[in-house]
Amino acid sequence: MHLPHPRGPLTEELLGALRSGIDDFYAVLAAAPTATGEDAALALWVLHELHYRGFGEVPEQLEWDPQLIRVRRVLEHDLENRLRDRFTAPEGLSFVEDVFDWIDGHEGPSLARHVHRDADREQVLELFRLRSLYHLKEADPTAWVVPRLGVRAKAALMELQYDEYGAGDPNRLHHHLFAEGMRASGLEPAYDAYLHLVPLEVLEQNNALSMFGLHRRLRGAALGHLAAFEATSSLPSRRMAQGLERLGFPAEMVDYYAEHVEADAVHEQLAVRTICAALLEEEPELEEDLWFGAFTCLDLEDRFARTMLARWGVEEEVA
Amino acid sequence: MSAAGTHFEHPDVVVCPGGPMLLRGKHTIEDADGVPHETTRPVTAVCRCDRSASFPWCDGTHRVLPAKLRPT
Repeated sequence: MHLPHPRGPLTEELLGALRSGIDDFYAVLAAAPTATGEDAALALWVLHELHYRGFGEVPEQLEWDPQLIRVRRVLEHDLENRLRDRFTAPEGLSFVEDVFDWIDGHEGPSLARHVHRDADREQVLELFRLRSLYHLKEADPTAWVVPRLGVRAKAALMELQYDEYGAGDPNRLHHHLFAEGMRASGLEPAYDAYLHLVPLEVLEQNNALSMFGLHRRLRGAALGHLAAFEATSSLPSRRMAQGLERLGFPAEMVDYYAEHVEADAVHEQLAVRTICAALLEEEPELEEDLWFGAFTCLDLEDRFARTMLARWGVEEEVA
Repeated sequence: MSAAGTHFEHPDVVVCPGGPMLLRGKHTIEDADGVPHETTRPVTAVCRCDRSASFPWCDGTHRVLPAKLRPT
């Protein structure tokens, strides 16, 4: 895994410093508060990545460098504020009872619908390249939440995660299934391979997930995001699988989506009825953060879908 | 400290209101035509609305049905 190209003054400083092998990041810290857009998002993505697999050219001990953590916090604070500014908690609803209807009542553009009927092969390949940033570490950010939970919520989350990780069989591990699908489709299954292509919206989807996972304080948001993510996957995965068959994509990639039709029909129930329900029994004060996480999941996906449909000159298709 | 330990309910079968039935563990389900289907994952969602394209497994179709057609 290699460091990406900079996208502005902050990433110029940060990536230069990481490459140079020095451990003085004051100039990076000075540049952080004024960074915006893709520059800020890419910097945060790089800093989060130090907690996943890291970069070959960056010393491993920098994962916990206090100055870099400080930079991360400045960027996360800004991201969290922007996400919370977009969110209004629904009134009079119970998360466990009402979240499915709340999601079904949400009207947003649907990339799966476009892939199902109208997308061409190049558009779908582009989508895979951009989605690979998350799909190649699918479920990983949520794994960080496990030790922050009480007994029931912890066991419930592991029941879901166990399936995400192939129930012990590496061949069935979900991000490996996507990697196999990419390889069979002629793409490179490495999570830095297409980093230079991803727009702001994809960086922010990934950054929000990592931030929710890395902060114990945000465990409610992480699990709300999980519930919304799983609850918007089954039927769209069916549309994706049928669209890929229409376009003659290899069986490995069709299988990745076919697996998610049935897996996520289970996971959406587990996420809401066992994981979030147990969390609320143990920590009822986290209900608003469950909604915040769920809203953020839908909101960030809407923004990504709008960007792609506009790029392809497609009129918005509402799910 | 309480003398009694804590025991959590953890049923093998969970009926989801308006949705599927969850089955924990390995099971074989025989459909109406007598065809057996084996579960393959730790928890399986079995269709209760009869409209799944992956029958007997749930594929989320109940979510697009009007409320009166959803299982109770």
